[in-house]
Amino acid sequence: MMELLTFGDTGWGDELLLSMVMTILVSTSSLAFGLLIGTIFASFKLSNSYILKTIAEFYTTVVRGVPELLVIYLLFFGGSGAVMYVAKIFGHMGYIELSPFTIGTIAVGAISGAYSTEVIRGAILAVPKGQFEAARTLGMKKYALSFTIIFPQVARLALPGIGNVWQVTLKDTALISVTGLVEIMRQSKIAAGSTHEPFLFYTVAIILYLFITSISYQFFNRAETKFSKGFVREDA
Amino acid sequence: MRFDLMYESFFKIIQGIPLTLEVVFLSTIFGLFFAIIIALMRVSENKLLSNPAYYFIYVIRGTPLLLQLFFIYYGLAQFTFIRESFLWFFLEDPLFCGILTLTLSTAAYSAEIIRGGMQSVAPGLIEAASSMGMSKMQRLRKIILPITIRQALPAYGNELILMVKATSLISIVTLMEITGIARTIISKTYAPVEIFIVAGSIYLLINFLITRMIKFSENKLNHGTIQ
Repeated sequence: MMELLTFGDTGWGDELLLSMVMTILVSTSSLAFGLLIGTIFASFKLSNSYILKTIAEFYTTVVRGVPELLVIYLLFFGGSGAVMYVAKIFGHMGYIELSPFTIGTIAVGAISGAYSTEVIRGAILAVPKGQFEAARTLGMKKYALSFTIIFPQVARLALPGIGNVWQVTLKDTALISVTGLVEIMRQSKIAAGSTHEPFLFYTVAIILYLFITSISYQFFNRAETKFSKGFVREDA
Repeated sequence: MRFDLMYESFFKIIQGIPLTLEVVFLSTIFGLFFAIIIALMRVSENKLLSNPAYYFIYVIRGTPLLLQLFFIYYGLAQFTFIRESFLWFFLEDPLFCGILTLTLSTAAYSAEIIRGGMQSVAPGLIEAASSMGMSKMQRLRKIILPITIRQALPAYGNELILMVKATSLISIVTLMEITGIARTIISKTYAPVEIFIVAGSIYLLINFLITRMIKFSENKLNHGTIQ
């Protein structure tokens, strides 16, 4: 049974390792995309504009209240159509098809972004008010203030929350397997189907996911310790 | 926007609501039962009890739900001795496998929530109870659990919403609940946006009602306590 997991033409070892790389790639790009969306919508939520606040509130409520699978189906079946519609406005005719990787990144990124929004919003609110005031007193412009004073502190404060979002995002990428992207879930399903050894391959898939989650847990723990150097935890 | 299609598909999709609610209800009830046991094992000082609970939670929380479902539904079916045993009567049924997977999943997540709630019980309360001569069981029933429930309720409300969302996965093993029906209509009509709005609104409504219910019980349980 173990020869099925060897590398090369006869075993599935190399395919499974490649699929693990794909899972890590798609999770990382989804998290990055989600953090970008999260930063934008967090600033919407904290802005004074009623319209921006409502838009951000609508986005986080819908995405967090609707099954991930439904969001993925929306983009899987509707993503290309939406892109073609926009392209038409700019005068581009013809068929555009988005790759499963792109669809997956946008879908999981949009889901992850809703959770990131809350994490980043919380982190911004946790930056002491005096920091804003002090920077303004020094005559800093809004732009300089955001990037040199607020952003580094937000990054540190948001880290534990982002660690949680990462774990959720990583697990959500398993759902992209329905679009045909060959990540761990899809690869183990293919292998299970062609060898009639589902138990073996799903067990391997479980181990691969546990490997990634454990490693990234360690990583976030270390990063947290590193970035909190010189800070006393208030709850300790 | 094709409103006629939305109107038509609404009546098809609502037929999936009973199945979604049935799966949520059954897995939540069974899951909560196991969660309490697992949480008690996890806080136990006996390593033979706390280690299995720790590893169970570790595996469930570290792997995607879809993989767990496939492992139970397809993975276990591989063995002849399972297919010949009485277990097969249950494991060949996708509905049973779906409920089993969701039960195990919510049991692991809720166990952590309950553990957090238990640890928030002030040690002085437990000491006071034992100095009054309460037995271990009495302390658990009369002091620890009531406080735990109150502490854990907000987090458990989130878990319930995650459960409602998680039921959509059983559509992948052929069950026709809300997402399953929505998917079928999308692939026939190619109107993803319209169907998403209809199905999504139903989920949002269910989750809204759950949030209200949790809020209501929170207010009830917090009656007479100072926040």
